[in-house]
Amino acid sequence: MFAFILRRLFQSLIVMLSVALIAFAMFRFVGDPVNQIVSIDTPQAQVAEIRRSLGLDDPFLVQFARYIWNAARLEFGVSYQFRLPVISLLGERAPATLELALMSALFSLVVGIPMGVYTALKRESWLAKVFQAVSLIGISLPTFLIGILLIYLFSVTLGVLPSFGRGEVVRLGSWWTTGLLTVSGLKALVLPSITLGLFQMTLIMRLVRAEMLEVLRADYIKFARARGLKTRAVHFGHALKNTLVPVITIAGLQLGSIIAFAIITETVFQWPGMGQLFLRSVQNVDIPIMAAYLMLISFLFVTINLAVDLLYAAVDPRLRATVGAH
Amino acid sequence: MSFKTNCLAAVAGLALLCGTAQAQTLRYANQGELKSLDPYTVNETTTHAHLGHPYEGLIRRGKNLEILPGLAESWTISDDGKTWRFALRKGVKFHGGEDFTADDVVFSADRARAPGSNVQTRVPTGTKVVKIDDHTVEFQLTSPNPILHYQWDTWYILSKTWAEKNNSTAPTPASATTPTFASLNANGTGAFKVESHQPGVKTVFKVNENWWNKSPEHNLKEIVFTPIASDATRVAALLSGEVDVIEPVPIQDIQRVNGTGTVQVLTGPELRTIFLGMDQVRDELVESSVKGKNPFKDIRVRKAFYQAIDIETIKTRVMRGLATPSPLMIAPELFPHTGFTRAKFDATEAKKLLTDAGYPDGFTVGMDCPNDRYVNDGQICQAVVGMLARIGVKVNLNAQPKGQYFAKVLKPGGYNTSFYLLGWTPGTSDSHNVLFDIMGCRDNPASSRGEANVAGYCNKKVDELTDKIIVEADKAKRDAMIKEAFQIAADDFGYIPLHQQALAWGVSKKVKLTQRADNAVHFQYAVKE
Repeated sequence: MFAFILRRLFQSLIVMLSVALIAFAMFRFVGDPVNQIVSIDTPQAQVAEIRRSLGLDDPFLVQFARYIWNAARLEFGVSYQFRLPVISLLGERAPATLELALMSALFSLVVGIPMGVYTALKRESWLAKVFQAVSLIGISLPTFLIGILLIYLFSVTLGVLPSFGRGEVVRLGSWWTTGLLTVSGLKALVLPSITLGLFQMTLIMRLVRAEMLEVLRADYIKFARARGLKTRAVHFGHALKNTLVPVITIAGLQLGSIIAFAIITETVFQWPGMGQLFLRSVQNVDIPIMAAYLMLISFLFVTINLAVDLLYAAVDPRLRATVGAH
Repeated sequence: MSFKTNCLAAVAGLALLCGTAQAQTLRYANQGELKSLDPYTVNETTTHAHLGHPYEGLIRRGKNLEILPGLAESWTISDDGKTWRFALRKGVKFHGGEDFTADDVVFSADRARAPGSNVQTRVPTGTKVVKIDDHTVEFQLTSPNPILHYQWDTWYILSKTWAEKNNSTAPTPASATTPTFASLNANGTGAFKVESHQPGVKTVFKVNENWWNKSPEHNLKEIVFTPIASDATRVAALLSGEVDVIEPVPIQDIQRVNGTGTVQVLTGPELRTIFLGMDQVRDELVESSVKGKNPFKDIRVRKAFYQAIDIETIKTRVMRGLATPSPLMIAPELFPHTGFTRAKFDATEAKKLLTDAGYPDGFTVGMDCPNDRYVNDGQICQAVVGMLARIGVKVNLNAQPKGQYFAKVLKPGGYNTSFYLLGWTPGTSDSHNVLFDIMGCRDNPASSRGEANVAGYCNKKVDELTDKIIVEADKAKRDAMIKEAFQIAADDFGYIPLHQQALAWGVSKKVKLTQRADNAVHFQYAVKE
């Protein structure tokens, strides 16, 4: 087991190093960061001086090695555009992203599971067909379009929900900010959470529906019915319970992608999170932020995958056995 | 107490009074963020405009960009034009309570010229800044410079004691490894103080009750600034009343915004000139079917390109009317266009010129264009491609984001282009900048002349005039020389000026605001109902 964990950790390290290398290689094609710092009529001598002081004159491998060395010590440098340490910029924006991701995940579960159950149980009803149609929209419409449509309907036409920002936030502790404790903060969360969670919601709804249909055909459901249990108890006590195992696995894995793919939603709603910071950094060729963000996201995915692998190994004795045989 | 509760309290007796003299909160969204509060870090219009709320310069620019006294009440220039003496405003205090004196000006001049500053051009090299007494400062120049103070509306004065106390005497350089105090805090003399600043998220300005100008035009108590990068969201925020002012409004949305009745779009010509440049330096173009020679060295080819471009179509179709075609490389607000006209659009004539030049079947040339820098820049280039196709020139368009574009075509990229689109606003608001930076010969590598002259247009007569213009103090003589220089460049078809793009600010009908042609959004003049 110990050898297994060690090997997985080593693999994770290789993955992160590769991400860093690929990301770093790509930065050479995003343009010249110095042009974003200076004005067009800045004398070229001054431009050259800035380039030199940022270490952009050094060969690629030197820059990369320096970056990895610093990253290993958790030093991600200073943002070119804000002149602030990247780590504090990302830290300041992490609560916004995490809160949004959590609310979207919650939304997708709370709405997706009942919808999935309903469509499985009442396959022929018109409401089930409406749900199916909605899920089709959720799967096929791009996020930014859904966001803009929601803004247009709920902010511009009806005027009930804000179109951008986090509303009022409350500071908890030294760095965490939350919008969950104020009315404007909660209102501001509604539209972005729906936009971000819609895809996951449809995914969960379809998953629950398919699993339910499968389970409902199983023998133990037939026996439960034969035992004269109430329909309610059969559906929710036996059928739903058994569908939830894969749903929870998927939802857990998807949390990583919700955080990573919040980029678009955050940009549409001007949500002050990490994804929006990343997208603006791409436009402004702010390499330190881009690099740190990509490292962070790859770390997130690697950690989730590692945790899942370890859990599976713990849960599934067969896997453990093969590991031991190696 | 909020405006609403005030009104409620007043409803019984004084309903008429409410809504007139109340101090208001103005909410403003811009597509770009306020990156640093250090006024010497970023040299860019939007940042300077933001920082014009807490900070002030020795001069101000008025609603029509006229020069007005700012922190300097008056100034005199010696007969040789080399010594400028400024009388500073008395009784001015910084937000932190420090008195404004000559020491602050001397300090700010040194800080602006220090390594890492991006506003080094504000004070010419070699200038001695001398304190005469607490409220008099002398600038001793090495050569006369009649436009010394032109850019000083955005050379903001910092408090020396404040900077020293907070370890911010050096400007926050691009390569700073730790944030400086000055990049997160501001202490100016201006009409508004910075209440809170979260970089890239939100900045709140509060009115400065102790501003030296006792009768401000605005009636605001607070300005809340939020950057909103997404065009659609920014417009939605304005339409839903969540913000009062946005900049810019995408031109395709202008009609819709105006149609709502609650908001309007203020439009006007901007100072930036959009133009096309043709590489006239290389003996063979980087990207062209013509080998062994450079077709753009032939004035007939340049003229043919010029005349092939239907500027009216670009104006009406691509820019939806929001552009002013320009015969000059500078906006009419900065130098009058009287006596200049654009060479007429005439595709037949253009075709004939190409044939005369030896290209009856045209040729192929590559074109570089940004697609996220200027208003509809990518579309303008596409239109140009179509227009040149009519005279047989095949253009391979390479439109890319500004990050890559500027890296390719500007000096650090080795002027790696044959044909390109660029926009230029002279930072000094003066013609000399255009003549020196984009029309000056690039042949002397030691000089900074022509550094932005990507096309490499060169005419020694223009350079000679430019050198005289910088030292000439007599305005009439100076303008005559500027006119002559521009005429020479126009006759050479050195560049193809296209237009000045329009500004578009979305403003709630509750707000009265003056739109300045330099696109600086200043709320010193804003009145909100």
